[in-house]
Amino acid sequence: MPEQSRRDWPLWEVFVRARRGLSHVHAGSLHAPDAEMALRNARDLYTRRQEGVSLWVVPASAITASSPDEKDSFFDPAGDKIYRHPTFYDIPEGVEHL
Amino acid sequence: MYGNDFSAPGTAPQAQPHTEDGFEDFWAVVDADGRIEPRDAMPEAYRKSLVRQIAQHAHSEIIGMQPEGNWITRAPSLRRKAILMAKVQDEAGHGLYLYSAAETLGVDRADLLDMLHNGKQKYSSIFNYPTLTWADMGAIGWLVDGAAIVNQVPLCRCSYGPYARAMVRICKEESFHQRQGFEILHSLSHGTEAQHAMAQDAVDRWWWPSLMMFGPPDDDSPNSERSMRWGIKRFSNDELRQRFVDMTVPQAEALGLTPPDPDLRWNEQRGSYDFGEIDFTELFEVIKGNGACNKQRIGHRRKAHEDGAWVREAADAYAAKRDPGRTARTTEVA
Repeated sequence: MPEQSRRDWPLWEVFVRARRGLSHVHAGSLHAPDAEMALRNARDLYTRRQEGVSLWVVPASAITASSPDEKDSFFDPAGDKIYRHPTFYDIPEGVEHL
Repeated sequence: MYGNDFSAPGTAPQAQPHTEDGFEDFWAVVDADGRIEPRDAMPEAYRKSLVRQIAQHAHSEIIGMQPEGNWITRAPSLRRKAILMAKVQDEAGHGLYLYSAAETLGVDRADLLDMLHNGKQKYSSIFNYPTLTWADMGAIGWLVDGAAIVNQVPLCRCSYGPYARAMVRICKEESFHQRQGFEILHSLSHGTEAQHAMAQDAVDRWWWPSLMMFGPPDDDSPNSERSMRWGIKRFSNDELRQRFVDMTVPQAEALGLTPPDPDLRWNEQRGSYDFGEIDFTELFEVIKGNGACNKQRIGHRRKAHEDGAWVREAADAYAAKRDPGRTARTTEVA
């Protein structure tokens, strides 16, 4: 029973904000019985050297991801729109601040 | 710390012939020195080989807590005790980073622990040597962690993304481990005559096992070529061993300690140190389970796991009481 229950502990993905002004960045994952324990474990595991000022723990099961199998078709629409980049445009010589 | 990924001759799992059929994307990424990520299609042999290597590495980290944990209560000062506790805690952390990386390959960490406990998966043989004196804490940090760093730095660029990322974190933390070990030996070596002798004795005992951490000679390392083709291994065992010797001998001079190798000398032509022949029969005996501490390490690990069962049950019961449905939640602290 205890072994079985341990196997059921959900997987949590851990995100760390290194300092104010930066986004949370994925650091890794861990198992914990609940969100509170996940946070405490994440602190001990991923911020032993003051790597963060804020933590998120997210159940891995709550994350919806794009599939690597469709990486071409899914991201294709952006592929032929090079006019979204400033380097697409010809600017006469000598024009500044543009 | 580090998990050696090799076996005694004749006991290695047979390498499966690898087929490239159907994995064009995989090989395109690997050949371009890119990173494979968890949900990418990958050859089954690549996945299995990574699971074995990462799990063995993770097991080594947590078993590696024992030889040093052995000396926490007897550390000679509060400073040394605080440092040693932080180091042993790091080893636990390294194990968890690695179990986390292994799980991205579709295995369950509880299953991996079961395989450690029942002997189906191994850990680095270096931890089957006993830690007899305080100087061993110095020798482990300086030599064992030093060898681990040489082995691990190339893994930061290995083809499997989660493993490479775990290794980046680990390597950053290992450098403190090596320095604190060097400092312990430096203090002892420049202390009383008895302290110097204790430091030299530790180096005498840990030198050769540390060189063996790089694995068998290249001619006798059946899986190396395949690992290199997969972008998991970047340098051969002998290359890394030579790099370690070349780095370490000048450090030994700074310590005032002598590696126990009469054949160790600078080779002007090669620009490297020559060193004596390594007796691998001893290593393979230890890997087969005949080392000084094999039974003790696994016995202690199993007992710690069983003794901790009530904590896991209590955490589980508390979680169930607070949230009977165990619904998914996101929690943030500012």
